[in-house]
Amino acid sequence: MAQLIAKLFPSTVLRPMEIGADASILLAVLAVVYILTRYRKWGWLWREWITTVDHKKIGIMYLIAAIVMLFRGGVDALMLRTQLALPNGHFLGPEHYNEIFTTHGTIMVFFMAMPFIFALFNIAIPLMIGARDVAFPKLNAISFWLFAFAALLFNMSFVVGGSPNAGWTAYPPLTELHFNPGVGENYYLIALQITGIGSIATGINFLVTILRMRAKGMSLMKMPLFAWSALVTSSLVIFAFPALTIALALTMLDRLFGSTFFTIAHGGMPMMYVNLFWIWGHPEVYILALPAFGIFSEVVATFSRKRLFGYAAMVGSLVAITLLSYGVWVHHFFTMGAGAAVNAFFGISTMLIAIPTGVKIFNWIFTMWGGRIKTTVAMLWQLAFIPTFVVGGATGVMLAVVPGDYQFHNSYFLIAHFHNVLIGGVVFGLFSGLYYWWPKMFGYMLNERQGKWAFWFFVIGFWVTFFPQYLLGLKGMTRRIYTYPHGMGWTLLNLISTVGAYAMGIGFIILVYSVVYSWRHQERDLTGDPWDGRTLEWSLPSPAPEYNFAVLPEVTERDAWWEMKQAGKTGRIPAKDVHSIHMPRNTPMPFLLGLSFFVAGLGAVFSWWYVAVAGMMGVFIILVSGWFDYHDHHEIPAEEIRRNEAALGRLEG
Amino acid sequence: MTTRTNSLQEARLPLEFQESHETLSILGFWLFLASDVVLFSSLFAVYAVYQGRVAAGPTPLQLFSLGPVLTETILLLTSSFTCGLAIFMMRRGRTRPLVAWLVVTLLLGLGFVGMEVHEFVTDVAVWGTWHQSAFLSAFFTLVGTHGLHVSFGILWVAALVVQLLRYGLTPTTARKVYTFSLYWHFLDIIWVFIFTAVYLSGKIT
Repeated sequence: MAQLIAKLFPSTVLRPMEIGADASILLAVLAVVYILTRYRKWGWLWREWITTVDHKKIGIMYLIAAIVMLFRGGVDALMLRTQLALPNGHFLGPEHYNEIFTTHGTIMVFFMAMPFIFALFNIAIPLMIGARDVAFPKLNAISFWLFAFAALLFNMSFVVGGSPNAGWTAYPPLTELHFNPGVGENYYLIALQITGIGSIATGINFLVTILRMRAKGMSLMKMPLFAWSALVTSSLVIFAFPALTIALALTMLDRLFGSTFFTIAHGGMPMMYVNLFWIWGHPEVYILALPAFGIFSEVVATFSRKRLFGYAAMVGSLVAITLLSYGVWVHHFFTMGAGAAVNAFFGISTMLIAIPTGVKIFNWIFTMWGGRIKTTVAMLWQLAFIPTFVVGGATGVMLAVVPGDYQFHNSYFLIAHFHNVLIGGVVFGLFSGLYYWWPKMFGYMLNERQGKWAFWFFVIGFWVTFFPQYLLGLKGMTRRIYTYPHGMGWTLLNLISTVGAYAMGIGFIILVYSVVYSWRHQERDLTGDPWDGRTLEWSLPSPAPEYNFAVLPEVTERDAWWEMKQAGKTGRIPAKDVHSIHMPRNTPMPFLLGLSFFVAGLGAVFSWWYVAVAGMMGVFIILVSGWFDYHDHHEIPAEEIRRNEAALGRLEG
Repeated sequence: MTTRTNSLQEARLPLEFQESHETLSILGFWLFLASDVVLFSSLFAVYAVYQGRVAAGPTPLQLFSLGPVLTETILLLTSSFTCGLAIFMMRRGRTRPLVAWLVVTLLLGLGFVGMEVHEFVTDVAVWGTWHQSAFLSAFFTLVGTHGLHVSFGILWVAALVVQLLRYGLTPTTARKVYTFSLYWHFLDIIWVFIFTAVYLSGKIT
């Protein structure tokens, strides 16, 4: 018993900061339970959200989870920066610091950026291509619940059992049981494995959706660019994630079942893990970046009131980046010592990526050229993105120069570089998309004035945080050190960097405040087309009805909705064109499947094999019962659709 | 005229391709298989690197006995053939022979998994666990992952037999049988690679 308690609550989860976090989590959970009970919302939560298979609602759930995770990852970041603000800091101990940088990176990549991107895919892609849902709605819900329960499992680590502490990349031999005996790394390995399964399913889902469910007349080269970016991203997910699955599985087998993949004395090689990890890891960078490029391509055309410049070149560069991204993984560890020829190959392939990326930058600029630019918040994020990403890309080319990399490797120069592209590219893009599609999701606008405050705090904060880190790297400060002495010449730059991080935090708080404020006070979007948009999602009411399109659209041109508006073909729908619609039925199966994986995962984390087997039995029972479910669709009668469309003022007569 | 040819073409389409919803599932399943190719490729790469890294454990030459492996191979290849016969019967709309061939496929698969489990148990009894070397770890993981796939396929085809008996041959059940057959042939191809890259090459070096 005492042993069990020691395993569940090691000293690392009993520090004052952890206890404080536990208390606030408990309070938040109690508040949510109280509100749901007080307003009798449990049934609503179950029927409308937990069992839903509607891509729009799944998208919103992804979005909420991503924002919550952005908060957690952001708090981690502020803790790191607080510790490093001054020399000889005592805010975090060395072990605590290791845990926090590990959870910061892992959460930001797997549980913030990935779900944020899947949120926007879910919300926008079916509407953009004129589809009523994704190809596999139930699988879509499964993906979400696997992600959600994996996120829960990972975030539990600091409450029960202890956090992982070997960095977000989790390199062996540091992650081997011998060097890392707690359960923290088990949390990392198993939570990522569960969410990874969901990601592969999402990749398959969206690839099939985009290839096979486009509106009549929408050939591939008439698709919106965001749909193109989702297409190539999905293919990257499908072909990159299995390598991560294997990297994680081998480490898990080593830790839990005594294999010796990464034990040098038994012939294992830690560099095997590093290679597998980055064979996934570099495509992953583009899994995050390409959707952001897609968002920018939509936003820049809409707010410049012009067609996107160089559409074919944009598509070509997306495809080129996709292909090249598989051939650059060694640049994450040139210092492995693979030899001059290998390093030269990967150095050059890395530099090549700058070419298609440069093409995209020029095309966004030429789209704005001569356009009538409206500086909405969505557009501001785009405008900030271009110079920021150019700097991030240029330092990336510097890192690709192999002899240079031997100097920059694992220094703050690298930290600054990848935050420069992941925040300046991905997060800016996600915020741009958030503002752009918000009215489509919720039916109201976000307050622009508050949005601009958030924007300026975040962007200036970003530069103040990360530019000094380039200099720190050049001055020899390496990553993952928890403190540093006086007299290194690092103090002032670290202090500036910390100030910038807090400014970003303020920007985030303004953003969240603005969401709540706008929900209560901001104008509703009654037209469905608040930005005078160009693509099909703006032809629908905001928010779109369950079936999306009462009558499926036919497309003749790129920027289909813009062309329809120009041609005056935006009239009401004739009642005789409305027919009954076949839609997927809600089901608790995805939620229960996620729950079973959670139970199995928790059992595996603590090596409680009865629990793990029970969880896996649950997984099998739910899967098999799903095979026998032949009634997963229902029919919306034409009359109901007519009534609904008439109420929206979209029916003729 | 064109509509007539279209409907004629549609009439000639196999059952599982007649409903667009089912064709989506088939494409999705192909993509899953593509993803699984990458999964196995990673394991093959790991095995290729670790093949000679035997530490104090047995070498491939000592570990492998080709006799039982050849029997396993014959069982699995035959099951792929009977799976093909099942599809052949499905194309003719004959449910009972379809079910019969699926049951034969299932039994052959069970035989394969049974032999493989026996092989693994014997290996561990004679040579000890995979803790000894990276080679053993990679060997058991690669071959075991394939074995787990086959085991899952056995569960799947058992559930399919029940569904066919209960619901008969519909576009949905036909699609399920068809995707199962894709999966089963895929595992067969993986096994051919395992037989070559693991067992045969282990006997040469």
